[in-house]
Amino acid sequence: MNQRQEPGFRAWLPFYTLLQKEIRRFLRVASQTLVTPVITASLYLFIFGATLGERISVLEGFSYAQFVIPGLILMGVINNSFSNVASSLFMSRYLGNIVDLLVTPVTPTQFIMAYTLAAMLRGLGVGAVVGLISCLFATLPWSHPFAAITMACLASFLFAQFGIVAAIHADNFDSLSMYTNFIILPLIYLGGVFYPISILPPFWATLSHLNPLFYMIDGFRYALLGVGDLSYLVSFGVVAIMAMALFIWAASLIMRSHRLRN
Amino acid sequence: MSTPALAIRNLSKKYEGTAAVNNISLSIQPGEIFGLLGPNGAGKSTTINMIGGVTRIDSGKIEVFGFDNRKDYRTTRRMVGVMHQEIVIDNFFTIDQALRFHAGYYGVRDDADWRQHLIDRLGLKPHLHKVMIKLSGGMKRRFMIAKAMIHKPRLLILDEPTAGVDVELRHSLWNFVREINRQGTTILLTTHYLEEAEQMCNRIAIMNHGNLIALESTRTLLKELGTRSILIHLQTPIEKVPDNLCCQAAELDDTGTTLQLTLSTDQPVGDLLRRLCDIGLPISDIETRKASLEEIFLQMTQTSKAIS
Repeated sequence: MNQRQEPGFRAWLPFYTLLQKEIRRFLRVASQTLVTPVITASLYLFIFGATLGERISVLEGFSYAQFVIPGLILMGVINNSFSNVASSLFMSRYLGNIVDLLVTPVTPTQFIMAYTLAAMLRGLGVGAVVGLISCLFATLPWSHPFAAITMACLASFLFAQFGIVAAIHADNFDSLSMYTNFIILPLIYLGGVFYPISILPPFWATLSHLNPLFYMIDGFRYALLGVGDLSYLVSFGVVAIMAMALFIWAASLIMRSHRLRN
Repeated sequence: MSTPALAIRNLSKKYEGTAAVNNISLSIQPGEIFGLLGPNGAGKSTTINMIGGVTRIDSGKIEVFGFDNRKDYRTTRRMVGVMHQEIVIDNFFTIDQALRFHAGYYGVRDDADWRQHLIDRLGLKPHLHKVMIKLSGGMKRRFMIAKAMIHKPRLLILDEPTAGVDVELRHSLWNFVREINRQGTTILLTTHYLEEAEQMCNRIAIMNHGNLIALESTRTLLKELGTRSILIHLQTPIEKVPDNLCCQAAELDDTGTTLQLTLSTDQPVGDLLRRLCDIGLPISDIETRKASLEEIFLQMTQTSKAIS
């Protein structure tokens, strides 16, 4: 066999391959990566849609189930986009098989895009299934469907970037879980998933404006229900700027961090 | 002279102020099997990681077939295959899946014939559809060689490929390395089995404490730095080592019947034999033995350690 025949180089094949590998990775453990988050969200829907929700009203003209569904969909999108990148990339660093990628011609852009797209696919997939299940509990007006898809994509993209940052900065499993338990979870719960910020006392309402999740959830709720605490331009603008900032942070880590290449 | 397969110039790397690689320069010609030797912590793996792009270069330059491995990294990485010292595998996938992925990372469409050749040659066929976690250590090593070769690199770097593998597998791996070298692949290898380095490598570099302390053809290294031992077995015991033996060192064993003499490699043995005849020693047998690469290696690294 003559191995001197130089194989042709396809510039985007490394990206497609890495994307394919990342998708197959989460599909291989679908019970953890897809089924579990959908079941968790369905339980929330049952509790707030079919039981407690019938006794609570926080937004005039809408049932509590209708109010809470946008936040629950976005919660699924955010959590799964983050954990897909964070767990895959951190495990590669931890087990050492990241060197298999570092010695290849995969560019930093391809690296980020492949991890991000796979994470978005999982996050948006979970969000879509939660959205479908929510139809059993309430019907949403879908006032601005294009805006809803845009916000879900922005949120998913943003948390995929945050997943890259966390995976590169984390030294062990403990520090990785801190990102989920001490940053993402409190931000989600205090970001207006279960209550409108407008019902909070002035001090806490003002403080909530520092929570980036508030802008995502409010913008997404506006897109689905047609009402929100903020102007949709403010919500979308803030989320887009944050997404860009995190992308730049993640890209600089991929290109320059000694935590990755050393 | 053709463009070197690998040219390293003034390469340095420090970790927390300590030099892991200290201003080394060397080049490897296409078609060579080049041995990079040194004790643990000498800087071999750091050097290999800098060639492959896993570790950032502090200063100096690395060129692969004339291309800078930082400016033209997409070109150089396609030409290099690296088998790392540690077993690095992705437990999610089977050997078959992982090999296909690895070709794709290098921008190479899957070549089924070549993949099958590697699978057959490395004995991976019975384990092709097993996930990595179920493979034995030796099988993981074989897979790692296949993975490093899947994109048909022109320069193959093997960082201690036979560490911890059994004798049979070691021999089959070295046969495979010789075969791909004959087909045109340049090989850079590190190993702790110095006897194998002696047999396999055209040239050898020895590193210690991040410094390059020797860079010679294997033959020159053995000739210039090696010594010969001559064992003289006597029919009857003698009491002491005879005077004026023309050798570097002489030692008599406890029984007085075996005399061990050490000669430099350029010293003619005829002078010694004539002297032994003149003395009239009752010789029953003579054995000669050349110093191995292992002895030269130990001598050099210990001297270098003493100097540093």
